[in-house]
Amino acid sequence: MVTTPLLPSDYLDLVSPLRAGADLRGRIEAVHPETGDAATVVIRPGRDWRGHTAGQYVRIGVDVDGVRLWRAYSITSPTNRQDGRITITVKAIADGKVSNHLVRGAKPGTLIQLGQATGDFVLPEAKPAKVLYLTAGSGITPVMGMLRDTGLEDVVLVHCAPRPHDVIFRDDLHDLVADKKLRLIEVHTDTDGRLDIARLDELVPDWAERETWACGPAGLLDAAEEHWTGHGVPERLHTERFRPSVVVAGDGGQVTFSTTGKTVDADGATPLLDVGEEAGVLMPSGCRMGICFGCVTPLKAGAVRDLRTGEITEAEPGVLIQTCVSAAAGPCDIER
Amino acid sequence: MTAIDPTAHLTAEQIEELGRELDAIRDEVIAGRGEKDAAYIRKVISAQRKLELASRGVLLFSIFPPAWLIGTAGLSVAKIMENMEIGHNVLHGQWDWMRDPKIHSTTWNWDHVSPADQWKHSHNELHHTYTNVIGKDNDLGYGIMRVDEDQKWHPFHLGQPLWNFLNACFFEYGIAAYDLELGKNLHKRRRKNPEFRARVRAVGRKIRKQVLKDYVIHPLLSGPSFLTTLAATFTANLVRNLWTHSVIMCGHFPEGVQVFERRSIEGETRGQWYLRQMMGSANISGSKAMHFMTGNLSHQIEHHLFPDLPSNRYAEVAVKVRALFEKYELAYVTGPLPKQVYSAWHKVFRLSLPNKKPKVTTPDRERELVAA
Repeated sequence: MVTTPLLPSDYLDLVSPLRAGADLRGRIEAVHPETGDAATVVIRPGRDWRGHTAGQYVRIGVDVDGVRLWRAYSITSPTNRQDGRITITVKAIADGKVSNHLVRGAKPGTLIQLGQATGDFVLPEAKPAKVLYLTAGSGITPVMGMLRDTGLEDVVLVHCAPRPHDVIFRDDLHDLVADKKLRLIEVHTDTDGRLDIARLDELVPDWAERETWACGPAGLLDAAEEHWTGHGVPERLHTERFRPSVVVAGDGGQVTFSTTGKTVDADGATPLLDVGEEAGVLMPSGCRMGICFGCVTPLKAGAVRDLRTGEITEAEPGVLIQTCVSAAAGPCDIER
Repeated sequence: MTAIDPTAHLTAEQIEELGRELDAIRDEVIAGRGEKDAAYIRKVISAQRKLELASRGVLLFSIFPPAWLIGTAGLSVAKIMENMEIGHNVLHGQWDWMRDPKIHSTTWNWDHVSPADQWKHSHNELHHTYTNVIGKDNDLGYGIMRVDEDQKWHPFHLGQPLWNFLNACFFEYGIAAYDLELGKNLHKRRRKNPEFRARVRAVGRKIRKQVLKDYVIHPLLSGPSFLTTLAATFTANLVRNLWTHSVIMCGHFPEGVQVFERRSIEGETRGQWYLRQMMGSANISGSKAMHFMTGNLSHQIEHHLFPDLPSNRYAEVAVKVRALFEKYELAYVTGPLPKQVYSAWHKVFRLSLPNKKPKVTTPDRERELVAA
């Protein structure tokens, strides 16, 4: 009433954006380089941050060239960090707007948007006796969060990276080895070639008895899933994918965002989430890989294709689609 | 339409080429939009909010004349910034590209009695699409005035200087009524239309909130300064109304601006649409501060060509657009605020009477055309 059409919070945000009751935000406090193309970002989360479980990820909204972009990153700090800060560790990928910005352009003091921590790539309550972590590249990040958080009796880490100096957290990992908290097997793919999953027998003979958490590129995870299933122990393998495995694309179509009043042409391979964002439509988003359902939106008309399965969904009253893994399959109308 | 068609010398091919050149100007700005622009609008929004808070704070003591003066002046400026450089432009979607839900055309609401969605429909969709087309663009005299010889005269128009003055004083209510298309919808048959009634209720709610804030809550908060704060907010709203009305009159009413007939836009091409926007709008020249306080609507021509480009870019776009006017030998209508306001008011007075015969042409334009 006092501030209509604004809310009192619009004014409070000017002075205290991290206060309790505000939209969840964080402030970047420092950026530490890890390797040539990876860096750890220290974030002071707002008062309403509910904490995380080791292995989980957080969604962050960063303004890159003035445009707010949302991505998910694994939390690499332990849950009991004294100062209440969290860290994410980001590897700059080719054409990655957010990752390159965070690694090379992020300035301490910058406000970012945060989601609450989420994800089920975590250790169970009852700690397993023997654990194998299987990671490649930036797939080490959720595992580092777990290693820093939870000491376990018998832990083996098989980690793949092109060269020794590309291994993120290499010093920390070697410290853990020196303290006898970890057995580490580094596979340097530039010299050793890609890890053949069958070599696990030789690297970690008891791999099939171990609860395993694997994170890395789709090729590694697909091979691992096949291998574990082939040996009859698929329940021992827990995987975390950073990207959905896209199998099908078809013809696109004209996409109407009826609330915003925009119409654009879309191909059959681009997720509707990207199409909408590109057009300046306010699209809710989440994990961007079909898991969290943070992006669901009513499909008012037309048809869309699930990029993971090729399945076609047609509009009916009440039909919701995940825009991050759905592409236009002919003309369609999305209620945003 | 005025006696001479000032675009008659252009071939269809030239008009399409002009359209392509304007598209190129637009593409260049879009490609260059970035962090600086985002920082600009956030800075303006933050400054506006702080100014409004400070002014309302000072007005708590408005019983003291210096506090009244400072508070009223600050609040007037804050309200103008909020409506013009921020509200009007955010609601145009000029900042949607930032994907910030707090600064987006679909979530924004403004310090104004017309609800944002109704204004967006009548302004963004109707006025900006059918700019200056008689019978299609209700902004041409807002349905209460005659602003072109080609609009039919009616004895009602004798009073139009008075209507215009009253509209200026209560401009935000005028806009709300206009967005509701009251003139059309008050006919018996339409009055009961449930969609129309829902919109009337929405306006009612918005007015109630605005009035409660400005004329009840803030005066009450001022305690012994109740009456003086009431007078201050009333004055600030009045100043804002008079200012925005003046700026907006200058956009399409000054002498030299063209209007168009309904059938002239049938099958209109992109180039022809651009040309209509160029000939149907007028600018205001002046300092940076003046441009800012008009919400950059002083660059009305550029705004009408590219309604969704960020307002802070219109000044640089104007240089290129003006060069195109020269290249294609078209008259760029612009002038200082007092001159344009006078010109618009002069037209309101002149056209309150029926046309003289023969039809009045506009001597300024003829001179410019001869010179060109």
